[in-house]
Amino acid sequence: MGIIVGKETRVVVQGITGTQGSFHTRLMLDYGTSIVAGVTPGKGGTEVHNVPVYDTVKEAILRHDVNASIIFVPQPFAAEAALESIEAGIRTVAIITEHIPLRDTIDVLTHAKRKGATIIGPNTPGIITPGECKLGIMPSHVFRHGTVGIASRSGTLTYEIAVELTKYGFGQSTCVGLGGDPMVGLSFVDVLKMFSKDSQTRAVVLIGEIGGIAEEQAAEYIATKEFSKHVVAFVAGRTAPSGKRMGHAGAIVIGRAGTAKSKIEAFKAAGIGVAAKVSDVRKLLAGGIQEG
Amino acid sequence: MKLFEHEAKTILAGYAIPVPKGALATSPGQAKKLASQLRPPFAVKAQVLIAGRGKAGGIQFAHTLDEAENATKKILNMEIRGLKVHKVLIEEKVQVRKELYFGITTDRSRRCYVALASASGGVDVEEIAYTTPRKMIKTLIDPTIGFRGYHAREMASKIGYSGKLMLKLAAIYEKLFKFAMENDVELVEMNPIVETSDGTFVAADARIIIDDSALYRHPQYSQRLISDQKTELTLQEIKARKAGLAYVELEGNIGIMGNGAGLVMATLDAVQLYNGSPANFLDVGGGASESQIDAALAILLADDKSSAILINILGGITRCDEVARGILATRNKVGFTKPIVIRLVGTNEDEGRRILAEAGIHVLDSMEEAAKKAVELSRG
Repeated sequence: MGIIVGKETRVVVQGITGTQGSFHTRLMLDYGTSIVAGVTPGKGGTEVHNVPVYDTVKEAILRHDVNASIIFVPQPFAAEAALESIEAGIRTVAIITEHIPLRDTIDVLTHAKRKGATIIGPNTPGIITPGECKLGIMPSHVFRHGTVGIASRSGTLTYEIAVELTKYGFGQSTCVGLGGDPMVGLSFVDVLKMFSKDSQTRAVVLIGEIGGIAEEQAAEYIATKEFSKHVVAFVAGRTAPSGKRMGHAGAIVIGRAGTAKSKIEAFKAAGIGVAAKVSDVRKLLAGGIQEG
Repeated sequence: MKLFEHEAKTILAGYAIPVPKGALATSPGQAKKLASQLRPPFAVKAQVLIAGRGKAGGIQFAHTLDEAENATKKILNMEIRGLKVHKVLIEEKVQVRKELYFGITTDRSRRCYVALASASGGVDVEEIAYTTPRKMIKTLIDPTIGFRGYHAREMASKIGYSGKLMLKLAAIYEKLFKFAMENDVELVEMNPIVETSDGTFVAADARIIIDDSALYRHPQYSQRLISDQKTELTLQEIKARKAGLAYVELEGNIGIMGNGAGLVMATLDAVQLYNGSPANFLDVGGGASESQIDAALAILLADDKSSAILINILGGITRCDEVARGILATRNKVGFTKPIVIRLVGTNEDEGRRILAEAGIHVLDSMEEAAKKAVELSRG
């Protein structure tokens, strides 16, 4: 089980012949992800790690049973690659590419919504359901099959927390990288809704950071919709000054909006445990799981 | 990328949006000469990329050419929030009947552009949006439809205009939207846009931020990227930007680098939790090479205000052996001029640790342990 990706996921890799695309195709194959086709315009008819390459997504879909796409296409062409997949009817699209213009992201997310497609990213490490499917670039050895769902705005910080959880016996159902951009396909609330229906997931870790209001919205959702599973939150950027982008395009406090303080207060007001440091996540989780 | 007010106004004028008549000056004498071609009274405005210049005295009014010269002299000697003023914009002062606000930016949670209008402009609009959001008229923009004439007219009418004035104002809104889409803005605002005593509208101040990710398709902006940002960035920040590193200068005394924005932010937070104070944020990104690590560490060592350095690497795409070689490269070139705490785990960890151990450098396992140690060492 888990959410969005699993054993039934069959992937087309867009940008499969590039350095990143080809490297991570091999790692995903090693993990056991079912990669059935690749797309690079002009490279149709070739192969990468025995995966057949096509010129267009439509062609790949005609010849293979595909239901997910992962995009390694460079920034100027990445949004178009996503639109191509959405229009071809693919319902799960992970966009690894960073630095896509806001205006292009808006187009992609608008069309995805109309077609009912789930977009992971942009600027995401992807998504992994441990033991079943890795659609992304995360180091797979830090994850183990289990019952904790993770939704995160940050890559390495997720690995940091997953290492701890795995070490202390908290395996994961699915870990979703929402993406570090100001506008991304999935919000914390979207993912919480999916975790609430997933029987494998018994607790959820939300890893937020400064910028935007996604954490506050999650806190409100949990408080008012009586999200019944145990939730633990971590918020990065308590020390971030106003007006400065902290690495991610989306990690920015504007005026008084988007501070770590506002997010932490919102979580606490909703009765959610907030970890002050990474090692506190598993401790809060242990408390909750024992209580539950 | 932020644009200066004078750049913003030149661009808006190109879209037939009325702006005050004016020119750019870098010396009092030049300002006086330019003022002689304008109609008094004049406004003399410091050209800086940060908000709040009005309160700091960076905007002054003058009735005569001599007053304009003196005002320029004062402003050019000024530092606004630590930034030296290099240029002033000298303009014909606008005769204000009413100050309004209009802007276009993105709405992160609705995932679209949004147009914002208010009948009270000229003040800190972020503050209005925060304290009295109802005073702000908001129109979410569907990208497949855009911001049309009827949207613009509805907004102008909601802030209290009718008849010819409403049509005039709405036409300006539409032009601003056209500019916003053609230039990939992250934010554009006219604050204030002024209704003048003779019944016209003028953008008395303008702020533009272009989406950094879209600069590749707007070469007219990217050309000035590094040189002109000097007015906004510190020397350390410019050095880091040239090396392609995400760096933000802070006020403390512990230099910090790591891989991944979230992890580095969490490292800063951990340092503060143990009562230390971060000197900077530095993210080397994913898959950093030996030379990028070397460049990053050299920048941290060059920061005079730091007394210890903390390196926190959790290798995923980043390889610990590359990181170790980068650290050694720096030590061989410039030496470790201050204590350095290294936490290094993940991909190729054993090889990375072996390289550093052979060079007599100790490595820690835990991020929290490393943060604690760095705080201790920073106290000398």
